[in-house]
Amino acid sequence: MRAIGIILAGGSNHRMDVLSQKRAVCAMPIAGSYRSIDFTLSNMSNSHIQKVAVLTQYNAGSLNEHLNSSKWWDFGRKQGGLYVLTPAVTAENSNWYRGTADAIYQNLSFLKKSHEPYVVIANGDCVYKMDFNKVLEYHIDKKADITVVCSDIPEGSAIERYGTITMNEDNRIEEFEEKPLQAKSNIVSCGVYVIRRRQLIEMIEKSAQEDRYDFVRDILIRYKDIKRIYGYKTTEYWRNIAAVDDYFNTNMDFLKKEVRDYFFRSHPDIYSKVDDLPPAKYNPGADISNSLVSSGCIINGVIEDSVIFKKSYIGNNTTIKNSIILNDVYIADNVTIENCIIESHSTIKAGSYYKGDNGVKIVVERNERYTI
Amino acid sequence: MVRKEMIAMLLAGGQGSRLGVLTSKMAKPAVAFGGKYRIIDFPLSSCINSGVDTVGVLTQYQPLRLNTHIGIGIPWDLDRNIGGVSVLPPYEKSENSEWYTGTANAIYQNIEYMESFNPEYVLILSGDHIYKMDYEVMLDFHKANKADVTIAVMPVPMEEASRFGIMIADENKRITDFEEKPAHPRSNLASMGIYIFTWKTLKAAFTALKDQPNLDFGKHVIPYCHEKGKLLYAYEFNGYWKDVGTLSSYWEANMELIDIVPEFNLYEEYWKIYTKSEIQPPQYFSKESKVDKSIIGEGSEIYGEVYNSVIGCGVTIGKGSVVRDSIIMNQTQIGEGCELYKAIVAEDTTIGNNVKLGVGEEAENDTAPHIYNHGLVTVGERSIIPDGVSVGKNSVVFGETTAADYPNGNLPSGKTLIKVGD
Repeated sequence: MRAIGIILAGGSNHRMDVLSQKRAVCAMPIAGSYRSIDFTLSNMSNSHIQKVAVLTQYNAGSLNEHLNSSKWWDFGRKQGGLYVLTPAVTAENSNWYRGTADAIYQNLSFLKKSHEPYVVIANGDCVYKMDFNKVLEYHIDKKADITVVCSDIPEGSAIERYGTITMNEDNRIEEFEEKPLQAKSNIVSCGVYVIRRRQLIEMIEKSAQEDRYDFVRDILIRYKDIKRIYGYKTTEYWRNIAAVDDYFNTNMDFLKKEVRDYFFRSHPDIYSKVDDLPPAKYNPGADISNSLVSSGCIINGVIEDSVIFKKSYIGNNTTIKNSIILNDVYIADNVTIENCIIESHSTIKAGSYYKGDNGVKIVVERNERYTI
Repeated sequence: MVRKEMIAMLLAGGQGSRLGVLTSKMAKPAVAFGGKYRIIDFPLSSCINSGVDTVGVLTQYQPLRLNTHIGIGIPWDLDRNIGGVSVLPPYEKSENSEWYTGTANAIYQNIEYMESFNPEYVLILSGDHIYKMDYEVMLDFHKANKADVTIAVMPVPMEEASRFGIMIADENKRITDFEEKPAHPRSNLASMGIYIFTWKTLKAAFTALKDQPNLDFGKHVIPYCHEKGKLLYAYEFNGYWKDVGTLSSYWEANMELIDIVPEFNLYEEYWKIYTKSEIQPPQYFSKESKVDKSIIGEGSEIYGEVYNSVIGCGVTIGKGSVVRDSIIMNQTQIGEGCELYKAIVAEDTTIGNNVKLGVGEEAENDTAPHIYNHGLVTVGERSIIPDGVSVGKNSVVFGETTAADYPNGNLPSGKTLIKVGD
């Protein structure tokens, strides 16, 4: 591959409510056994990108833990590898990343030291499969300065949290609106860009001189009439998870056979950190219907239309409906849970009742748990 | 200079012929166990959990599956700059090239490998058993006794003692005598085939015994050390230890994992069992599915009913199918409307629709009754079973079979249908 990868994994996000209080959105657990950033990392690995930088600053604990070894995505290489780049105090600079462009600017040496001619920039909070080689071919074919991957807005998602794109018949981008209140187009940017490395360095340096720090506002929108910026439209499954409803719906999408077959049973695979958990165990009383269960779980209760993440314990006579149970949750006996997201490491006391009445309810319960 | 206090040598070259078709294309240590594991994962995990980070794995019989499983040892954290895991097959020498002709002969042929680590102690393991053991505690025992050889032993019921190699020890656990499968056992301490040798002792024994044909630890090396007045001690182990050498014991050991509180617990945080996991997605249960008292691996899709069973990774069980008291290994696809009773179905097998396995009257297997018994039906890896056929008890199917192989759509109990050559 003639490109290096940059994953923008930094931002905080109020749309995720308490779910992002303790973790970056990129580290959100997805589809039972994965984390959000696995999709972009696997796409890069599967596209034979060998050198990838993850730019991160906000609540990076869970993310750093997840990325503690690069071998799971096959980035444990002598040539290239996985670089987790957090803001650092230097003689010239003591700022946090002030924006996406600034994050790249502060790590410009990563770009300057590389020799690959192209850069693929992507975010880490989307669920999709993509061969970046195809985007790069398109980029070269169109003689574009920047190529922006875009998609029709996923059903049920709120347009005001996306950047919308209007293209001409040649797919050159004519308008780019960031988070519009009233959209002129229902095509949204996927947050994946291909650009020539030297071009990117030049643009980022110029923006920094002008104290401009945002990649979308200060580069894409500002340059759209001067530079050749093209849209690459994907029609395959693509979801952004950075809002509670979208996060919930994306997880629930994995209850559909076609979505599972697309991600889990067709080439190429999505990789994640290996946790060495035992197989899931089902004791008498377990009754599971239209649900996903991950390894390390012990199930004694009833589960319907739900996604149970790794290492959870579900007690006797407990019922879980239309809910998401994140990693390492302990749910005692005689509990009823409906329309909820139960935060990781929660401990739910026996006899509890939780129900999301108007939409999804997020439950964070830190009770004492008996452990050996 | 490289120096390791203790290195392990893991004997993984045996066929394990009493596992029938399960070992016709792979060595016994590579056979799947407990849904997602392989038998060799248990000693390998015990090694790394005990702080033994240098392991030589001796392979000979059908090593491909073992080689791909072990790789460079990443799943067990045995990818090390110094030491780690090394797969050691027999190799050609300038004179007298030979296969591994016995347990000790295999170790002897790799004397240079061991020498390169300057070990003080060598731990000898076999890849045949399901257990968790802290070898460091055993080493402490060895050191405390200033022993030359320590043999791990397990108390067995007296009436079963005549099936094992029995150690007779004094009150200080020093071994005074031993007997191989004695008719009238004098002790119930059975050797587990796990030894710690002080390296000097082992090397001296090899020098003396190197021309002994079929050099074996139990038959030659241990008796030699005993004769020479070396200090042999018995280290008593009281945990779970299961021989899975026969199809029925293999089936039972798997079934023990599904008890509500199993004697052998895979869910302990501080003694994890590691394995190579290629399949990561969660498992899916459809609306019609039913599951009870089972363990199921990653990425399996259950549309039918599963009771008292151990299901591997990436398995599909079709709508209306019922799987009872069975072991289904990785990537096996079972169609719709099937019934499986006490079946052991090996990896990558495809079973059509409306197939019945393990039905009908009991009948003794007509080719290998000592292997295929206890009413189990065994299906070898990569087999294909066509739609609508039924297979009886104590029978075995291996290979790509078609409807023509089943007269009247039926393979009666006790029959053997093998369509794969070596």
